[in-house]
Amino acid sequence: MIEIKKLTKQADNKLILRGVDLSIKKGETVAILGPNGAGKSTLLKVLATLIKPTSGQVLVNGLDLKKNQIEIKKLLGYLPHSSLLYDHYSPLENLVFFGNIYGVKDVEQKAINLVKEVGLTFFLNEPIKNFSRGMIQRIAIARAIVHDPEVLLLDEPHTGLDQGAISILNNVIVSMKEKGATTLMVTHDFKQAAEICDRVIIVKNGKIVDDFKIENRNLGFVSEKYVLQVEGIS
Amino acid sequence: MNLFRTALFLAKKDLYSELKTKQILTTQIIFAGLVIVVFSFAFDPANNTTKAVIPGVIWVIIVFAGILGLNRSFISEQRNDTMQGLLVAPMEAASIYLGKFLANFAMMLVVEIVSIPFLFLLFDFKFLGSFPYFILVIFLGSFGFIAIGTFLAALAANSKSSEMLLPLLLFPITTPILIGVVQATKIILTNVEKLSSAIAWIQLVTAYDVIFFVVCFLLIDYVLEV
Repeated sequence: MIEIKKLTKQADNKLILRGVDLSIKKGETVAILGPNGAGKSTLLKVLATLIKPTSGQVLVNGLDLKKNQIEIKKLLGYLPHSSLLYDHYSPLENLVFFGNIYGVKDVEQKAINLVKEVGLTFFLNEPIKNFSRGMIQRIAIARAIVHDPEVLLLDEPHTGLDQGAISILNNVIVSMKEKGATTLMVTHDFKQAAEICDRVIIVKNGKIVDDFKIENRNLGFVSEKYVLQVEGIS
Repeated sequence: MNLFRTALFLAKKDLYSELKTKQILTTQIIFAGLVIVVFSFAFDPANNTTKAVIPGVIWVIIVFAGILGLNRSFISEQRNDTMQGLLVAPMEAASIYLGKFLANFAMMLVVEIVSIPFLFLLFDFKFLGSFPYFILVIFLGSFGFIAIGTFLAALAANSKSSEMLLPLLLFPITTPILIGVVQATKIILTNVEKLSSAIAWIQLVTAYDVIFFVVCFLLIDYVLEV
């Protein structure tokens, strides 16, 4: 589903990504771990078409990122730190706007169902500026999946969420996986990574230093590998 | 086709936001009203020479009220990084530009529809010139000013001092448009016998509008990269 070959990204004089090679199969849920400044979010932004790579090739579903941006964007659902939502709009208005841009059919009904799915039906028509961080993140999740994306790109999605919102987010990821969606999740939360992902990639200094599968939600194994690659050396 | 469809959704979103928040249009109309009132105190409407000031006042209103709107246009997309939401959506950068341009242009037209009759009323101005040509000049001047302004607002939005940067970038580039439309407005309102000169100015402004609209349309992709 995603093929990355010799990907580099330079900003000013700093090399943020130093030749990343990565292959992700359709339906895989992959956690990207690494220390701050390792290049995890940059990798995700390159995939989300927000940043142009300096060199290398990125293929999503066989389509070249440089040549087929619009087609690739239709496949992607991106959830960064920020909500990407309009404050003075209600959840319904936000989702209808983004749904329209993605060309979603019967967008209003779809938006109502999504708001219901994230447990905020009661606040359907309230402006989101009055919402708590957890409530905004729930609507942000709904926004990211309003067009049923085939690839979900999540940047630290669990940060600042309460248990209810974490469980909703995990359910969304699992249900998207059941539908065949591929998920890439940048995170510092090993517990969530072990719980919902089937593969972990560790990024350090702009390079992938480890790539392994998780079995039986083994949190200890993930932590051990991380310490070995990141903290053990530094 | 998708380009225009998404641009219209974006313009509709901006106009609906404005309807809800009333931040930009209210400020623009209040500013226009203040300018008209101050000028009406400064120049005696009974004096015939006052009529010569009117073309200048019209464009002072359009330029400065326009900048108030343009400044907010892309800065409003920084809250919650909503610009990223637009950039990851399946739409061309040109579509974002077109959507923002349409919303800014629509708001500018509303300001003009409210303020120009108010100006004529307060200055006791009897319209004797060519009304269709007057409308055409206002339309072309506003089109060019907003087209270039929207592009530069996108450019300036990434700067920390964008509110200062936008006028600095905008005035040198839009000077030919402003000279052309002020001259054409003056001829149409006060000296309609020289209409051929006004038409020459209109042709210059039209050519400038088309060239800069196309250039902005093509270059916006480089400006909007995160």
